[in-house]
Amino acid sequence: MTGWEEEERASLSELIGAAQAHQMTLSGFMLQGLSDPERHLVEMKKRWAVMIESMEEGCSGNLRSSGGMVAGDGRRYLDYLASSKGLLDGLTGRVMGYALAVSECNATMGRICAAPTAGSCGIIPAVFRGLFESYDLEERAIHHALITAGVIGSIIAERATLAGAEGGCQAECGAASAMAAAGAVELMGGSPPAAGHAAALSLKSFLGLVCDPVAGLVEVPCIKRNGIAALHALGAADLALAGVESVIPVDEVIDAMAAVGAALPRTLRETGEGGVAASPTGRRIAERLADVTKAEGED
Amino acid sequence: MRGAIGTPRENYADLMEEVMTIMGPVMIGPSSSHTAGPLKLAFAARELFGVPIMSARIVLGGSLGATGKGHGTPQAVVAGLMGWASDDRRVPRALELARSSGLKFEVVYAPKLGNHPNEMSIDLTGDDPQTMRLRGASLGGGKVQLLSVDGFKVSLFGTFPTLIVYMLDRPGVIAGVTGLLSERDLNVAFMSVARKRKGEDALMSIEMDDDLDDDLIERVGQLRQVKRVRVMSPL
Repeated sequence: MTGWEEEERASLSELIGAAQAHQMTLSGFMLQGLSDPERHLVEMKKRWAVMIESMEEGCSGNLRSSGGMVAGDGRRYLDYLASSKGLLDGLTGRVMGYALAVSECNATMGRICAAPTAGSCGIIPAVFRGLFESYDLEERAIHHALITAGVIGSIIAERATLAGAEGGCQAECGAASAMAAAGAVELMGGSPPAAGHAAALSLKSFLGLVCDPVAGLVEVPCIKRNGIAALHALGAADLALAGVESVIPVDEVIDAMAAVGAALPRTLRETGEGGVAASPTGRRIAERLADVTKAEGED
Repeated sequence: MRGAIGTPRENYADLMEEVMTIMGPVMIGPSSSHTAGPLKLAFAARELFGVPIMSARIVLGGSLGATGKGHGTPQAVVAGLMGWASDDRRVPRALELARSSGLKFEVVYAPKLGNHPNEMSIDLTGDDPQTMRLRGASLGGGKVQLLSVDGFKVSLFGTFPTLIVYMLDRPGVIAGVTGLLSERDLNVAFMSVARKRKGEDALMSIEMDDDLDDDLIERVGQLRQVKRVRVMSPL
């Protein structure tokens, strides 16, 4: 798949160390020496455009998902925030609202960029868009940060998993939050080690998070979980930028995440049979939707 | 990767390809395994079928059957049958657009189909009347695996240009096909042969490193003991 020899697992710490030794950002280090680095940046530019489009679509309100559980909450929250009643400040509040909006766009069959999965697609766009609006950033820096986020995701995929069915939601929203945190550190001028600490700090706060979609659909609790996970990413990035370090190195946190995922019972790994999916209300919604499927199926 | 840091560039090129996969795909939501994957399988079926589809019967198994409706899986599959990409904005309206274009389709939910949790089957009928049955699984992240074609086991991931040869299980047929490939200096990445009974119908699937051209496909089809050839571009 990646050409890495099996016995030599990818190490984020090594990559971070090498980037730091070259006095480069993680994305800069990844791009240096590639035969056509511009190709990757152009591709990231396209994906960023899709992310923004999905955010705007989600913010437009007027959404209806096939499961019927989406309620335009991104728009609702952003309106509330704009009326200056919010507990969060402008940046953090907008980031949470944007993450809801992108996830709602996904749930309503809009076009999104999976980052790293469709179920966790709101977190990275929201964090980067929030920072882009609040600070004087160049759009090209976002394309770079998307690469840095992707590097974190690649190492998580290599050492653990990015599939909720295998590792629970810590592997989806947890991974996305770690990826967003590392990218945010790079966007704000932090070092590669700080980016690694941000990823570790964020991921640690998600260990054990279960994947429990009601009726098996990417709606409840996924959409709002994207919103709150985006706040985690911002918090972890801010800690790392302040010089706070993760005592446990990032690779070891990722390995711990893999071990926790393997220990999760099947009911808590995207089966729709555990967590809030198994709550009385979750089950009622699932039964209602199953009846609709039966009535419409030609079986 | 250890020891490679700071030296060989290829390693970053590989990791960068992985990064591009992780930060994507661009797709119509809500699920890479239940929306994008099934669309790709249906797209593969359309490619392999090679002639206009008159009608289709789609069986969604396992989790696709249980939660497919809420994930827009029927729309995704029909969109794939019409040759649309997984980020085509028409996907949510695929059912009505297919109906108005005259494509007949039936979607059946059968939670107990096959062994894979996300398995599905697609039966296609053309107007000559040709038929084909494809079974496949959606592996997650938009990745798919073709499990069987017309009842012959395959294991194809749609990552290479692929040649599928229906043939009689006789000595020399495989050599005939690979001979044509080697004449053109085309390299085989992976190949496998499946048969139902010795000496009867067999099916060979070949994944190529290089693109296949129409002339080659025609010549493979003209080989003795070869009954039909299907081709698929990388998905």
